[in-house]
Amino acid sequence: MVSLKQLDLTDLSVRQVNEYLHGELLEERPAGVEILNPDGLHSIAAGLDTEVEIDILGHAGYFIAGMNQRARVTIHGNVGWSVAENMMSGVVRVKGHASECAGASGHGGLLVIEGDASSRCGISLKGTEIVVGGSVGHFSAFMAQAGTLVVCGDAGPNLGDSLYEATIYVRGSIHSFGADAQEEEMQADDFEKVAELLSRAEMNYDAREFKRVSSARSLYHWNADAHQEY
Amino acid sequence: MCGIVGLLARRSDYRDDLGKLVTPMLDCMATRGPDSAGLALFRSPLETTSRRFALYAANIEYDWQSLADRCQRELDTQASLTFVENHAALVSPVAVNTFKAWLKKTAPEVHLLSVGQSIEIYKDEGHPEEIARRFHFSEMAGTHAVGHTRMATESAVSPAHAHPFTAGEDFCLVHNGSLSNPYSVRRKLESLGIAFETDNDTEAGCRFLEWRMREGDTLETAIEVAQAELDGFYTFLMATADKMVLVRDAFACKPAVVAETDDYVAVSSEFRSLAHLPDIKHAHVYEPAPEQIYSWSV
Repeated sequence: MVSLKQLDLTDLSVRQVNEYLHGELLEERPAGVEILNPDGLHSIAAGLDTEVEIDILGHAGYFIAGMNQRARVTIHGNVGWSVAENMMSGVVRVKGHASECAGASGHGGLLVIEGDASSRCGISLKGTEIVVGGSVGHFSAFMAQAGTLVVCGDAGPNLGDSLYEATIYVRGSIHSFGADAQEEEMQADDFEKVAELLSRAEMNYDAREFKRVSSARSLYHWNADAHQEY
Repeated sequence: MCGIVGLLARRSDYRDDLGKLVTPMLDCMATRGPDSAGLALFRSPLETTSRRFALYAANIEYDWQSLADRCQRELDTQASLTFVENHAALVSPVAVNTFKAWLKKTAPEVHLLSVGQSIEIYKDEGHPEEIARRFHFSEMAGTHAVGHTRMATESAVSPAHAHPFTAGEDFCLVHNGSLSNPYSVRRKLESLGIAFETDNDTEAGCRFLEWRMREGDTLETAIEVAQAELDGFYTFLMATADKMVLVRDAFACKPAVVAETDDYVAVSSEFRSLAHLPDIKHAHVYEPAPEQIYSWSV
């Protein structure tokens, strides 16, 4: 058994690295994989379906750990658009900041962003749990259907626009709500949920500091009298 | 999709190496825009009242020397010439309007790409790497440069539709995105006597900003006015002789990333085109916020 596998993207293409992660890795079973010099490249560690610890050492590009299942992927830097998009399970952790659409359409698993996430974080979320240590940009959790977005910092404009049944918790200020999103009173199970997610994300905040945002459900049925004004 | 890049050197030796640093940025963004590319280079301003006229001809064997000779003779002026293939730079003290009128009459096949004391533009149809190689981008020196790789979505692929766009003197704009109301902006400007060279949406944005600056606005104020006037998606990267300025629209659908150190400011559509820059691991790397105007001085 290999104790630690190192893959250097200055020598290998992203395709070669991903082919290893999808193939040889399953036979070699290393204790962990380190991916060096990501240098903003896209789609690193995408489509994994195995229990493995992967560390990407540096800033990475778009679609990192997309479609992830079971793997634990840590990016020691910033990521570009759509980190952990369509994640099914496993854990993706970004030590730096994330660009737009982090966790887009994710069905399961945990996405932790230690820094800020920019706009449309958790767009069309379908079950993934996202914890952002910093702030999120505009239109975060846009049309989010299921899952949870926990924001330890502030939320930008139009938070939770056209929200379905996902729940948002925000510790800091909320610039504005999107259509149909509203603040609701925190209940016992909300405090429990936030505390559990903060603990799994290793964020040291008190669940009592958070506000709950969810859907007012007024967009669920077509209202001809609204004249497209929501 | 398009790619935009910009680099402003804060350290003097990086000015000498500006082309060497910015060319890989542009090459890397070829995947975002493989059909045409361009680079606006800002050199230290000319010390005299002369202007640098950047010229383009479709014919790659164009006889630039003969054009320069005729310019000197017919306009009774001095004109020093440098050229590469279908691009030339003519430095002359001749009045800008005199030169423009003369060029239109004498050599209608030649297009004036830019005028100014600092700016020089190269742009053409073709793969960005090929364009960078043809015009020796990596050998260029200057204070700052902005470049563009184009994947056309709303108007033809042609050298004239390639970015950067210019208007007035020492001003250029590159754009990732698409404007929704370029024709209404254009009609408004045309009624003020402003002439257009293409049907491209970016040209409307460029001429709008230059018109505001001619009316006395700073570039930053002009952008604020443009934010209310222009509808559509944009990440705009602009440059004048002494600054580089970046702004994204309210929805920020078009990407941008900035890397700043004490030695340079670099802007690109994607981080991977900045990854080769010196000491990038210690740079302050951030995503510019929507609607915020970022301005860096030379």
